[in-house]
Amino acid sequence: MTRKRSRLIAEGSDWTLEAIALYDTEIGRVARNYGLDTYRHQLEVITSEQMMDAYAAIGMPVYYHHWSFGKHFLETENRYKRGHMGLAYEIVINSDPCIAYLMEENTLTMQALVIAHAAYGHNSFFKGNHLFKQWTSADAIIDYLVFARNYIAECEERHGVDSVEQLIDACHSLSNLGVDRYKRSPPLSLEKEKNRQREREVYLQAQVNDLWRTLPRHEAAVAAAEERRFPEEPEENLLYFVEKNAPLLEPWQREIVRITRKIGQYFYPQRQTQVMNEGWACFWHYTLLNTLYDEGKVNDGFMFEFLQSHTNVVYQPPYHHPWYSGINPYALGFAMWQDIRRICENPTDEDREWFPGIAGSDWRETFDFAMRNFKDESFIAQYLSPRLMREFKLFSVLDDDRRGKLKVDAIHDEPGYRALRRNLAEQYNLGSSDPNIQVWNVDLSGDRSLTLRHFVHQRRPLSAPSDAALEHLACLWGFTVRLEQQSADGEVALLAERKTEKRKRGER
Amino acid sequence: MTVRIVDRRQDSRNKSSINRSRFIRRFKGQIRKAVADAIAKRGIRDLENGEKIGIPGRDISEPHFQHGQGGIRESVHPGNDRFQSGDEMDRPPPGGQGQGSGKASPDGEGIDDFVFTLTRDEFLDIFFDELALPNLVKRQLARIDEYKRVRAGYTQTGVATNINLVRTMRGAAGRRVAVGGPYATRLRSLQAELEQALDEMPADEAEIDRLKREIVHLKARHEAIPFIDPFDLRYSNRIRVPEPSTQAVMFCVMDVSGSMDEAKKQMAKRFFMLLYLFLNRNYEHIEVVFLRHHTVAEEVDEDNFFHSRETGGTIVSSALKLMRDIITERYASSAWNIYCAQASDGDNWNDDSPLCRELLAESILPLVQYFAYIEIADSEPQNLWREYEELAGAYPGLFAMQRITAVSDIYPVFRELFRKRLA
Repeated sequence: MTRKRSRLIAEGSDWTLEAIALYDTEIGRVARNYGLDTYRHQLEVITSEQMMDAYAAIGMPVYYHHWSFGKHFLETENRYKRGHMGLAYEIVINSDPCIAYLMEENTLTMQALVIAHAAYGHNSFFKGNHLFKQWTSADAIIDYLVFARNYIAECEERHGVDSVEQLIDACHSLSNLGVDRYKRSPPLSLEKEKNRQREREVYLQAQVNDLWRTLPRHEAAVAAAEERRFPEEPEENLLYFVEKNAPLLEPWQREIVRITRKIGQYFYPQRQTQVMNEGWACFWHYTLLNTLYDEGKVNDGFMFEFLQSHTNVVYQPPYHHPWYSGINPYALGFAMWQDIRRICENPTDEDREWFPGIAGSDWRETFDFAMRNFKDESFIAQYLSPRLMREFKLFSVLDDDRRGKLKVDAIHDEPGYRALRRNLAEQYNLGSSDPNIQVWNVDLSGDRSLTLRHFVHQRRPLSAPSDAALEHLACLWGFTVRLEQQSADGEVALLAERKTEKRKRGER
Repeated sequence: MTVRIVDRRQDSRNKSSINRSRFIRRFKGQIRKAVADAIAKRGIRDLENGEKIGIPGRDISEPHFQHGQGGIRESVHPGNDRFQSGDEMDRPPPGGQGQGSGKASPDGEGIDDFVFTLTRDEFLDIFFDELALPNLVKRQLARIDEYKRVRAGYTQTGVATNINLVRTMRGAAGRRVAVGGPYATRLRSLQAELEQALDEMPADEAEIDRLKREIVHLKARHEAIPFIDPFDLRYSNRIRVPEPSTQAVMFCVMDVSGSMDEAKKQMAKRFFMLLYLFLNRNYEHIEVVFLRHHTVAEEVDEDNFFHSRETGGTIVSSALKLMRDIITERYASSAWNIYCAQASDGDNWNDDSPLCRELLAESILPLVQYFAYIEIADSEPQNLWREYEELAGAYPGLFAMQRITAVSDIYPVFRELFRKRLA
């Protein structure tokens, strides 16, 4: 007993900077033994108020100013002060070095949990997952945010808070359709960004001016132009299209559109990998701290406290529970990673049949492969096991507005497994949860109107706020904007139209 | 390799304050309306706190292109306890749990009011904004800028000049007794033992030697107890409290005859609030007397003052007489600063108006610091206004009056008052 006590990392529930450093060293040692590859990291101790500030800025340490962040802040503050919600124990930033926030109110145990969860779990995911590697530049994001904030503040000074605010409103409302889903964007860098920004300004404006050239042309050329469609291929990234082609935007406005687009793109992988990422982090804090316990480095009290918060986080209330609000990504993700490890280590016959490739394999290698190469949708489609579906008692409900009743079309039984897995994977497909709206055509020779086309998926209509979003687009475009709808059978109908006849000052 | 830990707790806290003020700036219209509603609910003495404000969630939502209800949806849920494949069921009522997988609640929120708390400063700012107060006055009212330092007990930390000797020495003495107590007791018993031993044994006995040595040792220990220790130090504590000068009484006089409707009363309420706020900045203790009148006047509490409605004619002098009586009875003008605010729609019995002027000129104005009158009416001024106009000419700086149609017209009534204060 005395021998064991002497091996404890630290005691008591009050944290000190030294104790945190000791825990970090120990957790880091265990993580390296498991082969976790992480960015360097930095721990920052903050107060709950600062945590609320961070919430409002989507966790980023620097961000531009906008009323909507104030709204989020007020919302959080209000709910927190009335005790309706606790603050997250941690926020972690996908940057290099990776920054993890520790809240001052946490006990020492909770700080250890946060370190294991964020500084090792999330951190290794950020570094390893292909989406984060491809789409985000962890080493440059903080610099870029600084650039963005300063640039926008400068614009506010030069052009007035109101006009900048209106512009950012419009960009925010298009943000979910302002990401490239398939193309890779070039890495960010503050220096290059600064140097190129001016260059880009001039170049872009020239491009745009060329597009809208109004000099008289030869008849033949005019006829040819009418044949030409613009854009030649429909464009799915509305913000990109606006940035490059909107006729009336000034250079600084284009730059702001670009900034919001870039930042939106940076956050896109987080939306795509919520289940995997949170599950991964939960799996690792669970595994790392349990390993420390097995080594005798933490005591029973520590484990009780840790397990209590851990189970709260990964609890999945059933569908008829008053707290139920969909599937808890922490619960599903954690269970899936645990399950994959089980399939590797103790496969049953069923597992051998379903997962011949990984049953009985080395779990660390399988984990590494799965973490690097998937997103939520494909991860679930690939790895959700029948056993887990039974454990979660999953069932799939079909809601077709042409039918009077809801229909349960698959449950956790032999005939239902595949449909269930497909349906759950589809639920995490951002491509089908966001409406598919693309830039279809611009009337170059005529009234410069912009036509969007909504490709209807599963007969789902657009919601009412979409109208207001169209208004925002019209405001960016500066001329008439139309929204068409193409249904599954190819029928095209005009949904909405926003007429604008705004002219830039000085233009005849 | 040790990790880098940065303690950010001392860094700036209000990173979001800019965003917060942007939010308030943007929704000023809605917030102002909510503040107006809040003022209607508040007492006029209750301007010092922030206010919980609700503005319609619809107005502040951020639109996106999104799917709406309808079409074909598949959703997967956990915790199946009764369903078999092929089961059918009715759609759950909208807004409840069910499909939508968590999207339902954030969506539903759009319809509810967005509720948040304005700080006192933000609240006053909007309140002042409505009253169209000049900036200088706003700043003067919102800021508590005169402080006096008052004693507030003792602390264990402080600067040397604040050491409180009496407390410190008392503490030191107590500590010496407490720490030295066991030594003293032991010494006394040793002393007794020694005397006994000296009586009974020869002087060179080892026991006597041991006792003597122990006594010397204990005495040394006892004397080693420090006379004063940093632990004993006590410092006089002083805190800053806002310093208003003395006491004031504020008379709110309002006509509650049938013609004063709710809107006019609310306007009058702003008028009283503003005076209260001004007095609150300048006086330590304020009493408010509410007098309402139609043909007879009575003293009532605030709730009755604003919310009950009478019918009948109007005799203003009844209220002025009552005020005069109350002043002589309860508020001797040597001890009280007296302020009066009167609101009316201008109706009065013709014969009564000259009487009012007389009452004011002879028995009230000599006693009060300031008398402010607003007439909330669109129609032509009547005889009361004309009688009062004479007074305004005769007592500049003491008597102010204004006809108003909107709350922003109120400020001129107080202009003299604020100017005096600022000078």
